[in-house]
Amino acid sequence: MANKNPSTSISPRAPEPPALSESAAGLLRELVAHLRQNRTQLREEWARRITRAELLTAMTEEEIFAEATAVYDNYVEALETGTFEALQAYSRRLSERIIPRGVETDEVVGIVLLLRDVLARSLFTKYQDNVDKLNRILDSYEPAANRIANTVAVGFVEERERIIRQQQEAIRELSTPVLQVRERLLILPIIGVMDPQRARQLTEQLLRAIRANRAKVVVIDVTGVAAMDSGVANHLVQTVEASRLLGATCIVTGLSPEIAQTLVTIGVDLSEMATVGDLQGGIEEAERLLADRSVLPAPREPGTDTSR
Amino acid sequence: MEVPILRQGQYLIASIQSALTDADLSHLREALIAQVGRSRCRGVIVDVTALDVMDSFAVRTLRDIAHMARLRGAETVIVGIQPDVAFAMVQLGLTLKGVATVLDLEEGLAFLNRRDEERLLETRPKRFGDRG
Repeated sequence: MANKNPSTSISPRAPEPPALSESAAGLLRELVAHLRQNRTQLREEWARRITRAELLTAMTEEEIFAEATAVYDNYVEALETGTFEALQAYSRRLSERIIPRGVETDEVVGIVLLLRDVLARSLFTKYQDNVDKLNRILDSYEPAANRIANTVAVGFVEERERIIRQQQEAIRELSTPVLQVRERLLILPIIGVMDPQRARQLTEQLLRAIRANRAKVVVIDVTGVAAMDSGVANHLVQTVEASRLLGATCIVTGLSPEIAQTLVTIGVDLSEMATVGDLQGGIEEAERLLADRSVLPAPREPGTDTSR
Repeated sequence: MEVPILRQGQYLIASIQSALTDADLSHLREALIAQVGRSRCRGVIVDVTALDVMDSFAVRTLRDIAHMARLRGAETVIVGIQPDVAFAMVQLGLTLKGVATVLDLEEGLAFLNRRDEERLLETRPKRFGDRG
Protein backbone atom coordinates (compact mmCIF):
# COMPACT_ATOMS: atom_id res chain seq x y z
CA MET A 1 0.00 0.00 0.00
CA ALA A 2 1.41 3.31 -1.04
CA ASN A 3 1.77 5.86 1.64
CA LYS A 4 -1.05 8.25 1.08
CA ASN A 5 -1.27 11.82 2.12
CA PRO A 6 -4.92 12.68 1.76
CA SER A 7 -4.78 15.95 3.63
CA THR A 8 -3.44 17.83 0.64
CA SER A 9 -6.25 19.11 -1.46
CA ILE A 10 -4.13 19.13 -4.61
CA SER A 11 -3.01 15.67 -5.49
CA PRO A 12 0.72 15.05 -5.67
CA ARG A 13 2.35 14.89 -9.02
CA ALA A 14 3.72 11.41 -8.47
CA PRO A 15 2.46 9.00 -11.14
CA GLU A 16 2.32 6.11 -8.64
CA PRO A 17 2.78 3.07 -10.85
CA PRO A 18 1.92 0.56 -8.08
CA ALA A 19 -1.54 2.09 -7.92
CA LEU A 20 -2.46 0.04 -10.95
CA SER A 21 -2.21 -3.13 -8.95
CA GLU A 22 -4.04 -1.75 -5.96
CA SER A 23 -7.09 -3.74 -5.03
CA ALA A 24 -10.55 -2.24 -4.86
CA ALA A 25 -10.42 -2.72 -1.11
CA GLY A 26 -7.24 -0.71 -0.96
CA LEU A 27 -8.82 2.09 -2.95
CA LEU A 28 -11.84 2.07 -0.72
CA ARG A 29 -9.60 2.29 2.33
CA GLU A 30 -7.85 5.24 0.79
CA LEU A 31 -11.18 6.85 0.09
CA VAL A 32 -12.38 6.33 3.64
CA ALA A 33 -9.20 7.85 4.99
CA HIS A 34 -9.78 10.86 2.77
CA LEU A 35 -13.35 11.26 3.96
CA ARG A 36 -12.29 10.96 7.60
CA GLN A 37 -9.57 13.53 7.11
CA ASN A 38 -11.91 16.08 5.59
CA ARG A 39 -14.84 15.25 7.79
CA THR A 40 -15.44 18.74 9.19
CA GLN A 41 -15.13 20.50 5.90
CA LEU A 42 -17.22 18.08 3.84
CA ARG A 43 -19.88 17.84 6.48
CA GLU A 44 -20.25 21.60 6.57
CA GLU A 45 -20.31 21.79 2.82
CA TRP A 46 -23.05 19.19 2.79
CA ALA A 47 -25.15 20.95 5.43
CA ARG A 48 -24.72 24.21 3.51
CA ARG A 49 -25.93 22.64 0.32
CA ILE A 50 -28.91 21.06 2.09
CA THR A 51 -29.93 24.49 3.32
CA ARG A 52 -29.32 26.09 -0.06
CA ALA A 53 -31.42 23.46 -1.82
CA GLU A 54 -34.16 24.20 0.72
CA LEU A 55 -34.42 20.61 1.78
CA LEU A 56 -35.47 19.61 5.31
CA THR A 57 -37.18 22.95 5.78
CA ALA A 58 -39.06 21.47 8.71
CA MET A 59 -35.83 21.32 10.71
CA THR A 60 -33.59 24.03 12.17
CA GLU A 61 -30.05 24.51 10.92
CA GLU A 62 -28.57 23.08 14.10
CA GLU A 63 -30.69 19.97 13.75
CA ILE A 64 -29.72 19.58 10.13
CA PHE A 65 -26.08 19.86 11.10
CA ALA A 66 -26.43 17.33 13.92
CA GLU A 67 -28.21 14.84 11.68
CA ALA A 68 -25.77 15.54 8.86
CA THR A 69 -22.88 14.65 11.16
CA ALA A 70 -24.51 11.40 12.21
CA VAL A 71 -25.43 10.46 8.64
CA TYR A 72 -21.94 11.35 7.46
CA ASP A 73 -20.28 9.13 10.05
CA ASN A 74 -22.62 6.25 9.35
CA TYR A 75 -22.06 6.76 5.66
CA VAL A 76 -18.28 6.56 5.98
CA GLU A 77 -18.58 3.56 8.23
CA ALA A 78 -20.78 1.77 5.74
CA LEU A 79 -18.24 2.55 3.01
CA GLU A 80 -15.45 1.22 5.17
CA THR A 81 -17.00 -1.97 6.46
CA GLY A 82 -19.21 -2.74 3.52
CA THR A 83 -21.97 -3.70 5.97
CA PHE A 84 -25.19 -1.79 5.96
CA GLU A 85 -26.90 -3.00 9.14
CA ALA A 86 -25.78 -0.05 11.24
CA LEU A 87 -26.76 2.37 8.52
CA GLN A 88 -30.12 0.64 8.10
CA ALA A 89 -30.80 0.87 11.81
CA TYR A 90 -29.74 4.47 11.85
CA SER A 91 -31.87 5.45 8.87
CA ARG A 92 -34.83 3.75 10.53
CA ARG A 93 -34.32 5.74 13.70
CA LEU A 94 -33.78 8.90 11.69
CA SER A 95 -36.99 8.28 9.80
CA GLU A 96 -38.87 7.73 13.04
CA ARG A 97 -37.65 11.12 14.21
CA ILE A 98 -38.22 13.12 11.07
CA ILE A 99 -41.38 11.62 9.57
CA PRO A 100 -43.66 13.10 12.23
CA ARG A 101 -42.17 16.50 11.39
CA GLY A 102 -43.36 16.27 7.83
CA VAL A 103 -40.15 15.40 6.01
CA GLU A 104 -40.94 14.04 2.57
CA THR A 105 -39.40 11.15 0.67
CA ASP A 106 -37.90 13.41 -2.00
CA GLU A 107 -36.10 15.41 0.68
CA VAL A 108 -34.48 12.34 2.14
CA VAL A 109 -33.48 11.03 -1.26
CA GLY A 110 -32.33 14.56 -2.10
CA ILE A 111 -29.98 14.90 0.88
CA VAL A 112 -28.45 11.48 0.36
CA LEU A 113 -27.81 12.29 -3.30
CA LEU A 114 -26.37 15.65 -2.24
CA LEU A 115 -23.95 13.91 0.08
CA ARG A 116 -22.96 11.57 -2.71
CA ASP A 117 -22.42 14.61 -4.89
CA VAL A 118 -20.37 16.50 -2.29
CA LEU A 119 -18.10 13.53 -1.68
CA ALA A 120 -17.68 12.81 -5.37
CA ARG A 121 -16.67 16.43 -5.95
CA SER A 122 -14.08 16.28 -3.23
CA LEU A 123 -12.70 13.20 -4.94
CA PHE A 124 -12.60 15.01 -8.27
CA THR A 125 -10.66 17.82 -6.64
CA LYS A 126 -8.27 15.45 -4.96
CA TYR A 127 -7.49 13.32 -7.97
CA GLN A 128 -7.98 15.83 -10.73
CA ASP A 129 -4.43 15.33 -11.95
CA ASN A 130 -4.66 11.60 -12.04
CA VAL A 131 -7.67 10.69 -14.14
CA ASP A 132 -6.83 7.03 -14.18
CA LYS A 133 -6.79 6.80 -10.42
CA LEU A 134 -9.86 8.98 -10.16
CA ASN A 135 -11.67 6.53 -12.37
CA ARG A 136 -10.67 3.59 -10.27
CA ILE A 137 -11.56 5.37 -7.04
CA LEU A 138 -14.96 6.21 -8.51
CA ASP A 139 -15.34 2.61 -9.60
CA SER A 140 -15.17 1.48 -6.01
CA TYR A 141 -16.94 4.49 -4.56
CA GLU A 142 -20.01 4.65 -6.76
CA PRO A 143 -21.48 1.17 -6.25
CA ALA A 144 -21.08 1.55 -2.51
CA ALA A 145 -22.50 5.06 -2.55
CA ASN A 146 -25.45 3.98 -4.64
CA ARG A 147 -26.15 1.16 -2.28
CA ILE A 148 -26.00 3.51 0.67
CA ALA A 149 -28.39 5.97 -0.99
CA ASN A 150 -30.64 3.05 -1.74
CA THR A 151 -30.51 1.76 1.83
CA VAL A 152 -31.37 5.11 3.36
CA ALA A 153 -34.18 5.83 0.93
CA VAL A 154 -35.65 2.35 1.31
CA GLY A 155 -35.36 2.62 5.09
CA PHE A 156 -37.26 5.87 4.99
CA VAL A 157 -39.98 4.55 2.72
CA GLU A 158 -40.35 1.38 4.77
CA GLU A 159 -40.74 3.41 7.92
CA ARG A 160 -43.35 5.56 6.25
CA GLU A 161 -45.24 2.52 5.09
CA ARG A 162 -45.07 1.04 8.55
CA ILE A 163 -46.57 4.22 9.97
CA ILE A 164 -49.25 4.27 7.32
CA ARG A 165 -50.15 0.66 8.06
CA GLN A 166 -50.28 1.42 11.76
CA GLN A 167 -52.56 4.37 11.16
CA GLN A 168 -54.80 2.39 8.85
CA GLU A 169 -55.15 -0.18 11.59
CA ALA A 170 -56.00 2.51 14.11
CA ILE A 171 -58.55 4.08 11.77
CA ARG A 172 -60.08 0.70 11.15
CA GLU A 173 -60.57 0.05 14.80
CA LEU A 174 -61.92 3.50 15.43
CA SER A 175 -64.33 3.60 12.59
CA THR A 176 -66.40 0.49 13.13
CA PRO A 177 -68.45 1.04 16.25
CA VAL A 178 -71.59 -0.99 16.75
CA LEU A 179 -73.97 1.13 18.81
CA GLN A 180 -77.04 0.12 20.70
CA VAL A 181 -79.76 2.74 20.32
CA ARG A 182 -82.25 1.00 22.51
CA GLU A 183 -83.16 -2.50 23.58
CA ARG A 184 -82.67 -4.86 20.61
CA LEU A 185 -81.80 -2.12 18.11
CA LEU A 186 -78.23 -1.62 16.88
CA ILE A 187 -76.79 0.95 14.52
CA LEU A 188 -73.69 0.34 12.49
CA PRO A 189 -72.49 3.60 10.96
CA ILE A 190 -69.90 2.91 8.29
CA ILE A 191 -67.58 5.78 7.48
CA GLY A 192 -64.72 5.91 5.01
CA VAL A 193 -63.31 3.51 2.51
CA MET A 194 -64.58 -0.05 2.51
CA ASP A 195 -61.96 -2.57 1.52
CA PRO A 196 -62.45 -6.33 1.75
CA GLN A 197 -60.46 -6.61 4.95
CA ARG A 198 -62.42 -3.90 6.70
CA ALA A 199 -65.71 -5.25 5.42
CA ARG A 200 -64.84 -8.63 6.86
CA GLN A 201 -63.89 -7.16 10.21
CA LEU A 202 -67.07 -5.14 10.27
CA THR A 203 -69.18 -8.21 9.68
CA GLU A 204 -67.50 -10.11 12.48
CA GLN A 205 -68.05 -7.22 14.88
CA LEU A 206 -71.66 -6.86 13.87
CA LEU A 207 -72.49 -10.56 14.20
CA ARG A 208 -70.85 -10.70 17.61
CA ALA A 209 -72.72 -7.58 18.72
CA ILE A 210 -76.02 -9.03 17.53
CA ARG A 211 -75.53 -12.01 19.78
CA ALA A 212 -74.17 -10.06 22.73
CA ASN A 213 -76.99 -7.48 22.66
CA ARG A 214 -79.67 -9.92 21.51
CA ALA A 215 -80.48 -7.48 18.75
CA LYS A 216 -83.57 -7.90 16.60
CA VAL A 217 -83.02 -5.06 14.17
CA VAL A 218 -79.81 -3.55 12.84
CA VAL A 219 -79.62 -0.28 10.92
CA ILE A 220 -76.51 -0.20 8.72
CA ASP A 221 -75.85 3.39 7.74
CA VAL A 222 -73.55 3.87 4.75
CA THR A 223 -73.95 7.65 4.40
CA GLY A 224 -70.23 8.01 5.06
CA VAL A 225 -69.15 5.59 2.37
CA ALA A 226 -67.99 7.36 -0.75
CA ALA A 227 -67.79 4.45 -3.13
CA MET A 228 -68.57 0.78 -3.21
CA ASP A 229 -67.41 -1.89 -5.61
CA SER A 230 -69.16 -5.14 -6.36
CA GLY A 231 -67.02 -7.08 -3.88
CA VAL A 232 -67.95 -4.85 -1.00
CA ALA A 233 -71.59 -4.69 -2.08
CA ASN A 234 -71.77 -8.47 -2.17
CA HIS A 235 -70.17 -8.54 1.22
CA LEU A 236 -72.89 -6.22 2.49
CA VAL A 237 -75.53 -8.58 1.13
CA GLN A 238 -73.79 -11.48 2.85
CA THR A 239 -73.68 -9.56 6.11
CA VAL A 240 -77.41 -8.95 5.88
CA GLU A 241 -78.04 -12.64 5.24
CA ALA A 242 -75.75 -13.76 8.05
CA SER A 243 -77.55 -11.37 10.40
CA ARG A 244 -80.83 -12.93 9.43
CA LEU A 245 -79.45 -16.36 10.35
CA LEU A 246 -78.90 -14.93 13.82
CA GLY A 247 -82.47 -13.70 13.85
CA ALA A 248 -81.80 -10.02 13.21
CA THR A 249 -83.33 -7.93 10.44
CA CYS A 250 -81.02 -5.46 8.70
CA ILE A 251 -82.05 -2.12 7.28
CA VAL A 252 -79.50 -0.37 5.07
CA THR A 253 -79.73 3.42 4.98
CA GLY A 254 -77.96 6.31 3.31
CA LEU A 255 -77.03 4.74 -0.02
CA SER A 256 -75.79 7.73 -2.00
CA PRO A 257 -77.02 8.36 -5.57
CA GLU A 258 -73.56 7.41 -6.88
CA ILE A 259 -73.49 4.12 -5.00
CA ALA A 260 -77.07 3.35 -5.98
CA GLN A 261 -76.13 3.92 -9.62
CA THR A 262 -72.99 1.83 -9.35
CA LEU A 263 -74.80 -1.05 -7.70
CA VAL A 264 -77.57 -1.11 -10.26
CA THR A 265 -75.08 -0.78 -13.12
CA ILE A 266 -72.86 -3.61 -11.95
CA GLY A 267 -75.92 -5.67 -11.22
CA VAL A 268 -75.57 -6.51 -7.54
CA ASP A 269 -78.78 -8.06 -6.34
CA LEU A 270 -80.01 -5.97 -3.45
CA SER A 271 -83.62 -7.07 -3.72
CA GLU A 272 -83.34 -9.09 -0.52
CA MET A 273 -82.19 -6.06 1.41
CA ALA A 274 -84.44 -3.57 3.15
CA THR A 275 -83.23 -0.08 2.29
CA VAL A 276 -84.43 3.26 3.60
CA GLY A 277 -83.29 6.70 2.45
CA ASP A 278 -81.62 8.10 5.51
CA LEU A 279 -80.66 7.11 9.03
CA GLN A 280 -83.68 8.81 10.57
CA GLY A 281 -86.03 6.90 8.33
CA GLY A 282 -84.13 3.72 9.06
CA ILE A 283 -84.50 4.12 12.80
CA GLU A 284 -88.20 4.91 12.43
CA GLU A 285 -88.64 1.79 10.35
CA ALA A 286 -86.70 -0.21 12.92
CA GLU A 287 -88.87 1.10 15.75
CA ARG A 288 -91.91 0.07 13.78
CA LEU A 289 -90.52 -3.45 13.28
CA LEU A 290 -89.73 -3.72 16.97
CA ALA A 291 -93.19 -2.47 17.96
CA ASP A 292 -94.72 -5.06 15.62
CA ARG A 293 -93.16 -7.81 17.64
CA SER A 294 -95.43 -6.93 20.49
CA VAL A 295 -94.97 -10.26 22.19
CA LEU A 296 -91.21 -10.09 22.51
CA PRO A 297 -89.93 -11.94 25.54
CA ALA A 298 -88.91 -9.67 28.36
CA PRO A 299 -85.35 -8.48 27.86
CA ARG A 300 -83.00 -10.46 30.03
CA GLU A 301 -80.37 -9.24 32.41
CA PRO A 302 -76.91 -9.29 30.91
CA GLY A 303 -74.91 -12.34 31.88
CA THR A 304 -77.77 -14.78 31.70
CA ASP A 305 -77.19 -15.48 28.03
CA THR A 306 -77.53 -19.19 27.51
CA SER A 307 -75.98 -19.17 24.08
CA ARG A 308 -72.28 -19.75 23.85
CA MET B 1 -75.52 -40.23 17.26
CA GLU B 2 -79.17 -39.90 18.22
CA VAL B 3 -80.54 -36.37 18.57
CA PRO B 4 -82.97 -36.11 21.49
CA ILE B 5 -86.37 -34.72 20.54
CA LEU B 6 -88.15 -33.13 23.48
CA ARG B 7 -91.72 -32.12 23.67
CA GLN B 8 -92.50 -28.74 25.20
CA GLY B 9 -96.19 -27.87 25.17
CA GLN B 10 -97.23 -27.74 21.56
CA TYR B 11 -93.68 -27.67 20.26
CA LEU B 12 -90.96 -30.17 19.54
CA ILE B 13 -87.40 -29.25 20.37
CA ALA B 14 -84.49 -31.08 18.71
CA SER B 15 -81.24 -30.11 20.32
CA ILE B 16 -78.19 -31.12 18.29
CA GLN B 17 -75.37 -31.80 20.75
CA SER B 18 -72.43 -32.66 18.50
CA ALA B 19 -71.38 -32.88 14.91
CA LEU B 20 -73.67 -35.16 12.95
CA THR B 21 -73.01 -37.45 10.03
CA ASP B 22 -75.22 -37.27 6.98
CA ALA B 23 -76.97 -40.45 8.12
CA ASP B 24 -77.65 -38.92 11.54
CA LEU B 25 -79.13 -35.88 9.87
CA SER B 26 -81.41 -37.94 7.65
CA HIS B 27 -82.47 -39.90 10.68
CA LEU B 28 -83.25 -36.70 12.57
CA ARG B 29 -85.33 -35.48 9.66
CA GLU B 30 -87.40 -38.64 9.52
CA ALA B 31 -87.85 -38.80 13.29
CA LEU B 32 -88.96 -35.18 13.47
CA ILE B 33 -91.40 -35.38 10.63
CA ALA B 34 -92.91 -38.56 12.03
CA GLN B 35 -93.33 -37.01 15.46
CA VAL B 36 -94.86 -33.81 14.13
CA GLY B 37 -97.85 -35.77 12.93
CA ARG B 38 -98.00 -38.15 15.84
CA SER B 39 -98.06 -35.52 18.53
CA ARG B 40 -100.07 -32.96 16.50
CA CYS B 41 -97.62 -30.22 17.46
CA ARG B 42 -97.64 -26.71 16.06
CA GLY B 43 -93.99 -25.90 15.97
CA VAL B 44 -90.51 -27.37 15.67
CA ILE B 45 -87.33 -25.86 17.07
CA VAL B 46 -83.97 -27.18 15.91
CA ASP B 47 -81.17 -25.97 18.16
CA VAL B 48 -77.77 -25.92 16.43
CA THR B 49 -75.88 -23.95 19.09
CA ALA B 50 -73.34 -26.74 19.47
CA LEU B 51 -72.45 -26.90 15.78
CA ASP B 52 -69.17 -25.30 14.70
CA VAL B 53 -69.59 -26.13 11.04
CA MET B 54 -72.58 -26.44 8.82
CA ASP B 55 -72.10 -28.08 5.44
CA SER B 56 -74.42 -28.01 2.49
CA PHE B 57 -76.03 -31.30 3.41
CA ALA B 58 -76.82 -30.10 6.92
CA VAL B 59 -78.28 -26.87 5.58
CA ARG B 60 -80.35 -28.73 3.01
CA THR B 61 -81.63 -31.12 5.66
CA LEU B 62 -82.65 -28.24 7.91
CA ARG B 63 -84.47 -26.63 5.01
CA ASP B 64 -86.17 -29.91 4.15
CA ILE B 65 -87.27 -30.34 7.76
CA ALA B 66 -88.81 -26.87 7.70
CA HIS B 67 -90.65 -27.47 4.45
CA MET B 68 -91.83 -30.95 5.40
CA ALA B 69 -92.99 -29.87 8.84
CA ARG B 70 -94.84 -27.03 7.18
CA LEU B 71 -96.72 -29.53 5.03
CA ARG B 72 -97.63 -31.42 8.20
CA GLY B 73 -98.93 -28.27 9.90
CA ALA B 74 -96.01 -27.09 11.99
CA GLU B 75 -93.77 -24.03 11.79
CA THR B 76 -90.03 -24.64 12.06
CA VAL B 77 -87.44 -22.29 13.46
CA ILE B 78 -83.69 -22.84 13.55
CA VAL B 79 -82.02 -21.41 16.64
CA GLY B 80 -78.49 -20.84 17.85
CA ILE B 81 -76.48 -20.46 14.64
CA GLN B 82 -73.06 -19.13 15.67
CA PRO B 83 -71.83 -15.86 14.13
CA ASP B 84 -68.84 -17.54 12.48
CA VAL B 85 -71.01 -20.35 11.18
CA ALA B 86 -73.53 -17.85 9.86
CA PHE B 87 -70.92 -15.96 7.90
CA ALA B 88 -69.32 -19.12 6.57
CA MET B 89 -72.75 -20.26 5.44
CA VAL B 90 -73.56 -17.13 3.46
CA GLN B 91 -70.14 -17.21 1.87
CA LEU B 92 -70.92 -20.70 0.64
CA GLY B 93 -74.30 -19.48 -0.54
CA LEU B 94 -76.17 -21.55 2.07
CA THR B 95 -78.60 -18.94 3.25
CA LEU B 96 -81.54 -21.05 4.46
CA LYS B 97 -83.91 -18.91 2.41
CA GLY B 98 -87.48 -19.17 3.54
CA VAL B 99 -86.58 -20.75 6.84
CA ALA B 100 -87.04 -18.80 10.05
CA THR B 101 -83.89 -18.39 12.11
CA VAL B 102 -83.53 -16.68 15.47
CA LEU B 103 -80.83 -16.16 18.03
CA ASP B 104 -81.51 -18.81 20.64
CA LEU B 105 -84.05 -21.18 22.16
CA GLU B 106 -85.86 -18.47 24.09
CA GLU B 107 -86.31 -16.38 20.95
CA GLY B 108 -87.41 -19.50 19.12
CA LEU B 109 -90.19 -20.18 21.61
CA ALA B 110 -91.24 -16.53 21.48
CA PHE B 111 -91.27 -16.70 17.68
CA LEU B 112 -93.52 -19.77 17.64
CA ASN B 113 -95.85 -18.30 20.24
CA ARG B 114 -96.18 -15.17 18.14
CA ARG B 115 -96.83 -17.27 15.06
CA ASP B 116 -99.59 -19.10 16.87
CA GLU B 117 -101.28 -15.90 17.91
CA GLU B 118 -101.09 -14.58 14.38
CA ARG B 119 -102.59 -17.79 13.15
CA LEU B 120 -105.50 -17.41 15.51
CA LEU B 121 -106.05 -13.81 14.45
CA GLU B 122 -105.84 -14.38 10.74
CA THR B 123 -108.00 -16.64 8.69
CA ARG B 124 -105.81 -16.23 5.63
CA PRO B 125 -102.82 -18.56 5.80
CA LYS B 126 -99.57 -16.65 5.84
CA ARG B 127 -96.93 -17.26 3.25
CA PHE B 128 -94.23 -19.45 4.64
CA GLY B 129 -91.15 -17.66 5.78
CA ASP B 130 -92.89 -14.30 5.91
CA ARG B 131 -91.73 -12.96 9.21
CA GLY B 132 -93.21 -9.44 8.85
